[in-house]
Amino acid sequence: MTSTPPTAESEGGTVSGTWTGGLRRAWMSKLPPEKLLPDRQPAYVASWIYVFGVATLAAFLVILASGLVLAFAGPTWYHTSSLGLFTNSMHFWSVQLFFVFMVVHLWGKFWMAAWRGRRAMTWITGVVAFLASIGTAFTGYLVQTNFDSQWISFEAKDGLNAVGIGAFFNVANLGQMLLLHACLLPLVVGVIAVWHVLLVRRRGVVPPIDAMDTAVSTAPPVADAVPEARP
Amino acid sequence: MTAHPADREPADHEPAAKHPDIASREWTGPWRRYDIVKEGVIAIVVVSILTVLLAGLFSSPDEPPLTFQGWASSAPDNFYATAVQELAGTSTSAGYGPPYNTAADGVSIGPIAPQQWFGVTHPVDTVNDFVITPLRSQQQSAGTTDALAQWDAAGPDQQAAWATAYDTALTTANGDATAVAAGDYGPVPALAQGLTDMASAGALDGILTSQGGFYQTDSTKQILFLGDGSALDDAATAAHLQGNTWGMMNETGSYPGQAWLWLYSFWYQLPQFNSDNPDDYLTSHADAIIFYVMAVLSLVLLLLPFIPGLRSIPRWIPLHRLIWRDFYRTQANT
Repeated sequence: MTSTPPTAESEGGTVSGTWTGGLRRAWMSKLPPEKLLPDRQPAYVASWIYVFGVATLAAFLVILASGLVLAFAGPTWYHTSSLGLFTNSMHFWSVQLFFVFMVVHLWGKFWMAAWRGRRAMTWITGVVAFLASIGTAFTGYLVQTNFDSQWISFEAKDGLNAVGIGAFFNVANLGQMLLLHACLLPLVVGVIAVWHVLLVRRRGVVPPIDAMDTAVSTAPPVADAVPEARP
Repeated sequence: MTAHPADREPADHEPAAKHPDIASREWTGPWRRYDIVKEGVIAIVVVSILTVLLAGLFSSPDEPPLTFQGWASSAPDNFYATAVQELAGTSTSAGYGPPYNTAADGVSIGPIAPQQWFGVTHPVDTVNDFVITPLRSQQQSAGTTDALAQWDAAGPDQQAAWATAYDTALTTANGDATAVAAGDYGPVPALAQGLTDMASAGALDGILTSQGGFYQTDSTKQILFLGDGSALDDAATAAHLQGNTWGMMNETGSYPGQAWLWLYSFWYQLPQFNSDNPDDYLTSHADAIIFYVMAVLSLVLLLLPFIPGLRSIPRWIPLHRLIWRDFYRTQANT
């Protein structure tokens, strides 16, 4: 068996004309490794407000992990098991932390006007992730199989029925809510969050408002800054 | 109100170097050391520890669900009256409209009537689903068995006449079945009593849950029936969960609830959406109006980068100078 080595058709280390090669070239041009996994940031990225984005992602992972355990044990396990109650408590508090972090992150990005410089889609995906997270949390409250979920489903049905959504999204249908909460909605939040993070990595962290060329070119490095290290 | 030139997004064909705001270009200024992997790992560890601590210290809310047995045992008169209302078609569920039945048109805002457009998708027949079928599903006392036979032998008009007459008489007697004036009520009192006895014994919970089948994951009928009485409403009031007391974002006990719904909940606190007169237009249409308001506000948040004025607020209220104070200090010094 012989193989045909790439010839003059090669382009940038890939064989031209292949979908795979095209995808790899597009990925490498928009998100090279130094952007995807950076070991340096612009010097202005020096505030505690930047912590809340990664904290939101971390809380999301804890939610997924605790939710996975709850999914294996079923929705009523935590009523009768101390381990189940603790796992449910992990799920509950990680959701609370998730929203605290996310809201602080959102407000921080608002006051930074972080949509500047072709970053509108980054903002939009962040808002969509926020709204999708609200929907995901809401379905979680509906599948608690306790008094709280009884009352929330009874009350929420009126708001959703009044605008027709209740015809397809029945908050009193435990099975439907459970599947949406455990399968579809976390996937939606996760995909949007990944998209959001990739956009952040591609565009970079937005510079300070009114940072102009002159200011940048004359500004010395701030504390902890390192000189240009990127080739 | 003039938009700052840097707020303008560069067109796709516009070279980035021509744009006045450096936000559109690759950063060419100083850099600082950063380790994204280390940051991620530390964040996961810290948040995990924080979550474990909160879970260990405070646990989580878990009030047991209400049951039909509990309701019928603690408030038999209310359960009895509700059963009569289900037969007479005067309960909230019986007169709800879509998506449960056609007894009403549902909420509409002018020509916008999606509740009507989508019709009945979760049919609920309160007479049979809540009363007659559960009674038939078990062996009953002789009195209840005779009442069921009498009910079955009568036509729909006769059934409605009996139930409506008894519901009216019971309401007149303030829900006291022993004080109801004599009248032609047919088997209705016996049916209501049979269902109350069945619920008190705990049989109704299982029957309604199974709904005649082996597998069941839809709680719509139980929730609607439970909500027609006073038990659910009273329990929610005691737990401060009513909509007009910020209940949408509250939680049982002293736990934090869905605080992120504060703006949605806010509208329900306004007297215009919360008046004592249920026929008031804004109050009777509050659910739909508030949903549409929130949908518009969400859209505004989503499209904020493109809305002149709103997108300039961060310039007018310069909180960003706190966030980037080191940068601005350095810039000022140069």
